[in-house]
Amino acid sequence: MTAASRAALDRAGPWVDRVFRAHATLIYLFLYVPIGLVVLFSFNAGGHTGELRGVSLRWYDYALNDRFAMGALQNSFVVGFWTALIATSLGTLAALALQRVPPRVRAIFDALTYIAIIIPGIVIGIATLIFFVNLFGWVNPWLDYVWTAAGLGAPPVIGKGLHTVVAAHVLFTMAIVMVLVRTRLAGMDRSLTEASFDLFATPLRTFVQVTLPQLRPAIVAGALLAFTFSFDDFVIATFVAGPGQPTLPMYIFSSIRRGITPEINAIASMVLAVTITALVTVGLVYRRQARQAGETAAEPLALGIAEDA
Amino acid sequence: MSERAADVELVDVTKRFGRFVAVERMNVSIARGTFYSLLGPSGCGKTTTLRMIAGFEQPSEGEVLIAGQPVAGVPAYRRNVNTVFQHYALFPHMDVARNVGYGLRQHGVKGEEERRRVDEALALVRLGGLGARRTWELSGGQQQRVALARALVNHPTVLLLDEPLGALDLKLRKEMQLELKALQHQVGITFVYVTHDQEEAITMSDVVVVMRDGRVQQQGSPQELYERPVNRFVAGFLGLSNFLAGRLVEHHPATGGAAVTIGEGMAIHGRVTDPEARPSAGAEVTVAVRPERLWIGRADDAAAERTAGATRVAGRVRQATYLGDQNEYRIETALGELVARRQNSEGGGALPGVGPGDPVLVGWRDEANLVLVA
Ligand SMILES: Nc1ncnc2c1ncn2[C@@H]1O[C@H](COP(=O)(O)OP(=O)(O)O)[C@@H](O)[C@H]1O
Ligand SMILES: [Mg+2]
Repeated sequence: MTAASRAALDRAGPWVDRVFRAHATLIYLFLYVPIGLVVLFSFNAGGHTGELRGVSLRWYDYALNDRFAMGALQNSFVVGFWTALIATSLGTLAALALQRVPPRVRAIFDALTYIAIIIPGIVIGIATLIFFVNLFGWVNPWLDYVWTAAGLGAPPVIGKGLHTVVAAHVLFTMAIVMVLVRTRLAGMDRSLTEASFDLFATPLRTFVQVTLPQLRPAIVAGALLAFTFSFDDFVIATFVAGPGQPTLPMYIFSSIRRGITPEINAIASMVLAVTITALVTVGLVYRRQARQAGETAAEPLALGIAEDA
Repeated sequence: MSERAADVELVDVTKRFGRFVAVERMNVSIARGTFYSLLGPSGCGKTTTLRMIAGFEQPSEGEVLIAGQPVAGVPAYRRNVNTVFQHYALFPHMDVARNVGYGLRQHGVKGEEERRRVDEALALVRLGGLGARRTWELSGGQQQRVALARALVNHPTVLLLDEPLGALDLKLRKEMQLELKALQHQVGITFVYVTHDQEEAITMSDVVVVMRDGRVQQQGSPQELYERPVNRFVAGFLGLSNFLAGRLVEHHPATGGAAVTIGEGMAIHGRVTDPEARPSAGAEVTVAVRPERLWIGRADDAAAERTAGATRVAGRVRQATYLGDQNEYRIETALGELVARRQNSEGGGALPGVGPGDPVLVGWRDEANLVLVA
């Protein structure tokens, strides 16, 4: 390489840097400008989207007094709460159980867990719908038979409703909880449990006094993530929700078909606020735990990088 | 030692991991109140031995006894033994006082009584007043003391320590060595101390057991091990030695006295250090001579006849190194390279003007000859 061409490259260096930085800036604009616009227009005082006429909370007020929107919001909270509760309990127990099986078996189950996370929502939606239809088709005649035989009057009929949404959501959020707890368990210092045994604590007391507190950040994070995923799921809920009981995303989608109103912007902004709050809390929980563990970097939140020691 | 009650005994203990033998037919008896060290290179089975005493591993064969009782099948949490872990294993979600009181609480000691004993233990390790601190805010040395207090507060029959000073820097390690020794003396609890650092073992222990590849090589007081190592491994692991290949001429088992030829037919006298050994005449042996036992003088030193000792060999200095308290000389001789050390005390000291290339005379007494059969 000649001295001249090397000098030319040296001069090009800063330009390359600038191009990359500009590119990164554009990517982030592309990602966040639409979201920013939704939030911005939710404060629109005017009655039409796309035309900003001063700032007001008018549409928030409107949304909060919209009986249907609030009903859907309540449904979403109920589904999110139960999903988080059930997914966290079952997921944590499953993770603890997996810790006790031979490594080869564990590897298979780990793979199955990741697959459950990756499976597209539409597949989960269809699969659970078919499952429920078959299940109800099988159970309801039996209920009918038993009730009639016992002379109890009109038999109960089990159908779709919020409970089916919860069941479908638990299916994949439980896998997320499992991955988080498994990662934490694998990263846990085995000598802590041994120290507890060494200091006369029985296995049960060791679990309560040492293992569980060590897992708490992962469990809290798992619960919040399960809630968040459930709260903004549209696809699965559409398949398995009962008639007349839409979740908030379903409600938003059906209203959009009647045209985008500023009210929708306000509702979307509120959903965004709930989601961001949950995610920031997860981040804070992990930051605190990382500080305790004496690490500088927070534990990777991305589910894909959760690895086994 | 045998008259006093043994706090820990291992009887023919073997530990296998699959086909791999980590500890093989180990027999030790640790007397009450002893500072007992397991010494050996990394991977020789020290930690495994400790874990069998603590109850984290079960022996594949043989028996472990604590305070005279066999403990096969007794889980770790029912053994009156506490451990100071290599990386301390302090509970990160508890403050210092809750860490130290952990063992007490499991036995139902709570509230005022717990607080009093925790304070006592913290004062013992000179951490008084730090009870409310978070463990991860403490320095390595302080964490080490918390781990110590957390174990000692329970007054265990035996305290197990697995390379507890390994993570500390040199200066702190030296301080803690002395402090641990003093502490052991004060509380009178039996310490079983694992280390791969021979100097640490020598300075702290009442009894050292040297291990290699899962087998006990020798046990005894530091002085016994240093002055009468039974084989080449022990002689090389504890301190420095000059090893001279030789052939046994005769051996008196009653006294240990032996005659050996080294080099080109040079006859020397020494002692076979292993009392069990019965080498036959003509056997190949190794003679170990400690560097500080070598006398060095100028080649023309008239007094050499009197002071140098029975064995004398001429040589040439290859390297002279100033070590502060000592001077080290590497000397080429007909017997190979010999390492000699001279203390820099008053009256002793370096040989002025002797440097690389100069001819010298090296000599030593018969008592310095340690005849090693294995
Ligand atoms: N749980 C285990 N499974 C298999 N091998 C082990 C296990 N624990 C220890 N070992 C092996 O046993 C040998 C002795 O280990 P250890 O007692 O830890 O040595 P040390 O403490 O002296 O360094 C090592 O080779 C180690 O790899
Ligand atoms: Mg070890």
